[in-house]
Amino acid sequence: MKPHVPGIQWGYGAMGNAKWKGVRLKDILNKAGLKANALEVVFDGADTGVAEKTPDFIKSIPIWKALDENTIIAYEMNGEPLPHWNGFPARLVVPGWTATYWIKHLISIDVISTAYKGFWMNPAYRLPFGKFPMRDRFVSQETNVNTPITEIMVNSLITNIKDGQMFRGGEPIEIKGIAWDGGYVIKQVEVSTDGGKTWHDAQLGRDYGRFSWRQWSYTFKPLKKGEYTLMVKATNSIGQTQTFELIWNPAGYHHNVVHKVSIKVV
Amino acid sequence: MKKLAFILISTPLLTFALDENVKLKNGSGKDLVEANCVACHSLDYIQMNSPFLDKKGWEASVNKMIKVFGAPIKEEDVQKIVEYLSKYYGK
Repeated sequence: MKPHVPGIQWGYGAMGNAKWKGVRLKDILNKAGLKANALEVVFDGADTGVAEKTPDFIKSIPIWKALDENTIIAYEMNGEPLPHWNGFPARLVVPGWTATYWIKHLISIDVISTAYKGFWMNPAYRLPFGKFPMRDRFVSQETNVNTPITEIMVNSLITNIKDGQMFRGGEPIEIKGIAWDGGYVIKQVEVSTDGGKTWHDAQLGRDYGRFSWRQWSYTFKPLKKGEYTLMVKATNSIGQTQTFELIWNPAGYHHNVVHKVSIKVV
Repeated sequence: MKKLAFILISTPLLTFALDENVKLKNGSGKDLVEANCVACHSLDYIQMNSPFLDKKGWEASVNKMIKVFGAPIKEEDVQKIVEYLSKYYGK
């Protein structure tokens, strides 16, 4: 991010992709019995800060998201019990939403009727209002000026070519990468080989489900020697797309600037 | 900036590049930095933020660790830590 924000900001984006298996949170909540005034569900994990005074990492999600059939308590990742660092024995999985809500090593689930107040809900993990085209709102946690981060913004990357890589003229170049979003379905991935002047549809790879990344590829044959600027841009089915200019925000989130890679054809 | 972060982090609590081989520059205050900072995070954060933080920035960063995250740093050590960070890893 420019200007740099304190701590660590996103580089080209932030994303994780794995196959999760677990129990629907909604089934557990319904079995326990929800009252009509349920507003948020609060999750705590077994991990704590090293220092005694470090605020414990506790997060809440709105009741509607807790009842979404895709929100699960996972006990398997990629067909195996969760590895320790991925939250063994059970963790929350909130597909489409940023990882801050995916509490690991779950030890408690509380349903509450007022907004949960804790450091990691506010002031942490906040976005200024109106800067990003978010669809999912977390109304009970909103203030006049900011909102908790919710869903992942659409993004894509070129993953098989390095900046400055050289290619032999006259041979086809396959550009490959991934695209992902908050689960609204990647509708189109476009590639430019001339720095954004013209765009071409990339071919989408296998569909593993709307919360997974989508692989894509595009092959072109450079006719002239020289430098080429490759770019990729993804769009989802609700019209969200990537930006060409960084949307700066104090915490440094949601970096989804169109990825550029320069190559040399010799 | 060139790294792809796989986890969402606003504050250096989790490490995605835990490097135990980071060696800090020798100088007065190095011991204090190693003793206090590494209890919660790896030392590569210091190098990573070096291009961006001047003395004021490092002071703010150290104070944030104490006030916001409850780092138990002795009051008399704060200035020494800030001096070291800004002298050897200042912008």
